[in-house]
Amino acid sequence: MKPIIEVQNLNKVYKKSENEIKVLNNINITVGEGEFLALMGPSGSGKTTLLNLIAGIDKPTSGNIEVKGVDITTFGESALAKWRSSNIGFVFQFYNLIPVLTAFENVELPLLLTKLNRAQRVKHVESALKVVGLGDRMSHYPKQLSGGQEQRVAIARAVVTDPLIIVADEPTGDLDRNSATEILTLLERLNKEFKKTIIMVTHDPHAAERASRVLHLEKGDLVDNL
Amino acid sequence: MKFFKIILKNAFRHKLRTLLTMTGIAIAIIAFGLLRTVLTSWDAQVEVSSLNRLITRQAVSFIFPLPYAYKNKIEAVEGVGTVTFSAWFQGVYKDKDHFFPRLAIDPETYFDVYPEFQLTPEEFETFKKERNSCVIGRDIANQYNIKLGDIMSIEGDIYPGQWDFVVRGIYQPRDKSTDGTGMVFHWNYINERVKEQYPDRAGYVGWYTVALKDPDRAAEVSEKIDNLFKNSPAETKTETERAFSQNFMAAFSAILTAMDVMSFVIVGIIMLVVANTMIMSARERTKEYSVLKTIGFSAKQLSLLIIGESVLISFLGCVIGVLMLFPVVGGFEQSIPKNVFPVFYLATRTVVISVIAVMLVGVAASIFPLMKALKTSIVDGFRYSG
Repeated sequence: MKPIIEVQNLNKVYKKSENEIKVLNNINITVGEGEFLALMGPSGSGKTTLLNLIAGIDKPTSGNIEVKGVDITTFGESALAKWRSSNIGFVFQFYNLIPVLTAFENVELPLLLTKLNRAQRVKHVESALKVVGLGDRMSHYPKQLSGGQEQRVAIARAVVTDPLIIVADEPTGDLDRNSATEILTLLERLNKEFKKTIIMVTHDPHAAERASRVLHLEKGDLVDNL
Repeated sequence: MKFFKIILKNAFRHKLRTLLTMTGIAIAIIAFGLLRTVLTSWDAQVEVSSLNRLITRQAVSFIFPLPYAYKNKIEAVEGVGTVTFSAWFQGVYKDKDHFFPRLAIDPETYFDVYPEFQLTPEEFETFKKERNSCVIGRDIANQYNIKLGDIMSIEGDIYPGQWDFVVRGIYQPRDKSTDGTGMVFHWNYINERVKEQYPDRAGYVGWYTVALKDPDRAAEVSEKIDNLFKNSPAETKTETERAFSQNFMAAFSAILTAMDVMSFVIVGIIMLVVANTMIMSARERTKEYSVLKTIGFSAKQLSLLIIGESVLISFLGCVIGVLMLFPVVGGFEQSIPKNVFPVFYLATRTVVISVIAVMLVGVAASIFPLMKALKTSIVDGFRYSG
């Protein structure tokens, strides 16, 4: 499998007052194109931090992260924002939809940053919502949707720009078992049918089973490579 | 433009809060607009003063009269056009609360020098012929429901006695800024009775108004006029009508300055109202801003959303305020005695200043929440639980 993400000697230290908290300790990972990787570990192990660094929403203390041969740790804020908009799709534990926007408008948000015209945006949003099975809920507001449906809207928002990589932070953490299964099936489908590279942080071993590889972190160290 | 829908939806996320903020802005705009209108109306009295006219008055003080005999001498000065004169009559119409300017004038020349008071040729001719006639402004006629042919009785104070004038003309102000509250009558008619009763006071006028042939020669002509009467018992001071009005208004400068300052204090209050709303909104949306940044919204695009929302709320409040300002100013115009503000109207300039001030305030009010949103890292934003 051709590597799409290469993490080399990655360290992350947070400073609180005069104390230094080492969150990630010399991490090295390679993620193949089209891979479905699960990151597991107890709370505070650094898995979300690692995910954030790979997604370019946080900066490492040292080390490199290359995505498709480009070292994103050298980017400034503005370049990183542009890079994220075209390369990364995000799925959060608590969906993080904008409550005053409809499902359609939430999914359209990333497309507002592109040069697509209104008609093209409509076409993309409708396709994305149909993929997640919400073609009939486009004009619904988040509060009119169930948790599972909200997460599906969030997934549609993550894939609407056709990014290289989808990162998901505990995507089933706030859902009941049935909804969680639906979401995992959807992510699996995106990986297998649409060839998306997925990195998912999870506590749930059932969720991790859907991944093609699972990495465990403990106190900032990569402890095994199953 | 594609972000406008988000800005609009964000602005009305908390409808009550936004409506209250807009109401606050609207009320502040009304207060700001009213104060500015008062200042504009005050200034209008100076602005309508012509640069083509000179006022020649007693050098010691405006309250001392000048001999009627000066008229011919002033007319002989090179550069001088028509010369007219007026005397402050004052008096009491009905009672002391019904005040408006009452002047004894030269009917032959007055309306030539003051073309902004427009009289029909028929009214003008009748007025000139009847020595006890008068001309009043349209606003006075409307206020007291006076028609042509009516008699106006004035109880004299500077010129004691009962004075009855037949209304033979009602002049129309040429434009909005022209005073429509004046009353003028024959100086000769007044002077004749003064001659009988107070011979020492006869033959004096209050001041001369000199129409210039060339306004660029105002300084030179003024000097020539004043030189004519140097070392006489009644030396003169001649200046343009505008300079004369400015000097007169200077007496009220402290009040005007206070009102000016107050109007900008109100702008500050608007800013606090909007800033408070924007700070609350931005704080509540800390997580959302992180989501937008995560999706790829740049600092510029995020700024557009936050500033846009602040400006939109301010603008809508301003629109409501300005729309309400028109009837409010109209109501004040009706209720304020005409003698206080002969002209009182909402100037376009006041509306433009209000809109610009509120737009600037909208931008300024968004700076603090914007800086906070931009400074907060995505990760910290997601952790925020305020």
